[in-house]
Amino acid sequence: MFELVPAYLAAGLPSMTAAFAGTGASSLAHLSLLDLAVIAIYFVMVIWIGFYLKGQANTSEEFFMAGREMTAWIAGLSFVSANLGSLELMGWAGSSYQYGILAAHWYWVGAIPAMLFLGMVMMPFYYVCKTHSVPGYLKLRYGQGSSTVAAVSFAFMTVLMSGVNMFAMAEVMKIVLGWNLNFSIIVSSLAVAAYVALGGLRSAIFNEVLQFVLIWGGALLVPILGLIETGGWSGFKARLAQNIATGATPAGDYTHMWRSMGHFADNPMGIHWTGIVFGLGFAISFGYWTTDFLVVQRVLAANSLRSARLAPVIGSFFKMAVPFIVILPGLLGLVVLQNADGSLMHLVGENVVAAHPGAGLHSYNEVLPLMMVRYLGPGLLGLGITALIAGFMSGMAGNVSAFTAIFTYDIYQPHIVKHARDEHYVLVGRIVTIVGVVISIGAAYLVMNAAGIMDYVQALFSFFISPLLGVVLLGMFWKRATKQGGFWGLLMGTLTSIGLWAWVKADPSALRFVAISPDAKDMAENMYRALWSVTTSVGVNVIVSLFTKPRPIAELAGVVYGATPLPTEEPVPWYKNEWFWTAIAVVIFFALNIYFW
Amino acid sequence: MHSSAIPIWFFIGVLLTVYGALILGYGIYELSTGTMAVQNFHASVWWGALMLLVGLFYLIRFRPSRAS
Repeated sequence: MFELVPAYLAAGLPSMTAAFAGTGASSLAHLSLLDLAVIAIYFVMVIWIGFYLKGQANTSEEFFMAGREMTAWIAGLSFVSANLGSLELMGWAGSSYQYGILAAHWYWVGAIPAMLFLGMVMMPFYYVCKTHSVPGYLKLRYGQGSSTVAAVSFAFMTVLMSGVNMFAMAEVMKIVLGWNLNFSIIVSSLAVAAYVALGGLRSAIFNEVLQFVLIWGGALLVPILGLIETGGWSGFKARLAQNIATGATPAGDYTHMWRSMGHFADNPMGIHWTGIVFGLGFAISFGYWTTDFLVVQRVLAANSLRSARLAPVIGSFFKMAVPFIVILPGLLGLVVLQNADGSLMHLVGENVVAAHPGAGLHSYNEVLPLMMVRYLGPGLLGLGITALIAGFMSGMAGNVSAFTAIFTYDIYQPHIVKHARDEHYVLVGRIVTIVGVVISIGAAYLVMNAAGIMDYVQALFSFFISPLLGVVLLGMFWKRATKQGGFWGLLMGTLTSIGLWAWVKADPSALRFVAISPDAKDMAENMYRALWSVTTSVGVNVIVSLFTKPRPIAELAGVVYGATPLPTEEPVPWYKNEWFWTAIAVVIFFALNIYFW
Repeated sequence: MHSSAIPIWFFIGVLLTVYGALILGYGIYELSTGTMAVQNFHASVWWGALMLLVGLFYLIRFRPSRAS
């Protein structure tokens, strides 16, 4: 659900659509007939997949959980693809142009440990208890109350986020290609409604895998051609150093990740390594990757416990590679982007672009489309644009399919129609899919008329995720945690997050207290706010649990560590073992961080 | 997976094959007319060919009759 600008990415990242909306520039690219054909073929393909999969979405298990038949590869690619949104790609490419390789923290320490933890430690509990959702797990562990609260907030936010995504796509297509907003919204919503209503989660997952291939096929060429032009990584660094020496590029350490993290004032992001490691690397990242149903749903659809554990591990390898198509193009843009007269192009902040309409300026966020236009000829440009469209559409589809499952399983079934035939719930699911898309369209137009809402939508997500992490972790690994402890932990953690956000909103200087430094900048706020939120959630949960009556151990079987006999899996060769690949992922993770230290 | 199901890899094979053929075809046309931009490094040709080869591999490897 954080596809647009995930909560764990949102810190300090400007509202992308507001940024694009403010540019007022003419379209960046002009498509040829071949490009249009490439885009049209993609739409034909997704509708074909939807119609084909309709015959495999007849039961509720098939429609909502893809029949729990996904292989580790499909679940893994879908898992990582659900988070690989187009605005995220463009936003972080822009951030890397502005801040350098620091932006890669959000892809490595901000994702990999959490993904591996989900696969190796948490997934057995999610999978063994056969829950269909994260609110479903809360129901098993803490009761209906906390489950319903989580389900309602998640359903509301998910469908809202789908609308925001829809608007974002329309806005970006308008700026990049000059397309009409209404045209983009109508075409994308019709396509998403068709293939999700027809094929359910399976269709959404298939399209996410398709999107994943398109993104790599469409975007990978940009860094490859950029590196060829600059003479490789060392050639790029030499040109960058020359630009900095001549004053053509602002001074800064663009190619190291940790050296400038010793103090808030030492890096342009205004963050500290404690915020990166504990705030981003734990509170935000673990909250998102292990409790956000949008991504967890993909893994729950796996065909076995081993596949469910392997899926996040497979995803982690590709996640580690994403900076190659996101961060690297942003960095290369520093030295290869040129104006029409051959001089070095300087991208600027959105406020500067907005203040100088008609001056031909481009914002940081436009670096990826600009790099595509520079390197991709007819056909290839269409492929790159198709990759962006696919990213937006699968983001919408992911949100809508998660909304459908949560509404039907965690709101409709327990509270409205408890005992109906299976076909009834499938029909409800199809109808809710259409309703979800209609609400999304309404949300898209709402955002269109009040772009500032987007900032609040993104903040809303961050309010719930970190406290939920505290509740789920304690529930999963501490038998003593009680129903009351979970409820009050979730509530107080959420209120802490909202309170800190409101405090900084009302008085920006309060950031010095939230992030414990007068030199902290906006990006540090989300990290420390999440850290305080999860700390409060865990602390309150522990205290309240110690003063209330725990559930008997027998009732906790299947949902709590120590009370759950884990199934013994068939032995497999070492190269198919999930622990082996986890170890490889850990080694690569540390190697990357050390190489770019 | 359903026993008669077409795997996602087949759909990916179809898409990559069609895209690869189109892009390679255009790249060859550009080569023959000498209109290719300098910074492209003839990418339409080799990237299109690569997509076509990968697409054909998936198309054949996961064709429905074999998958079922």
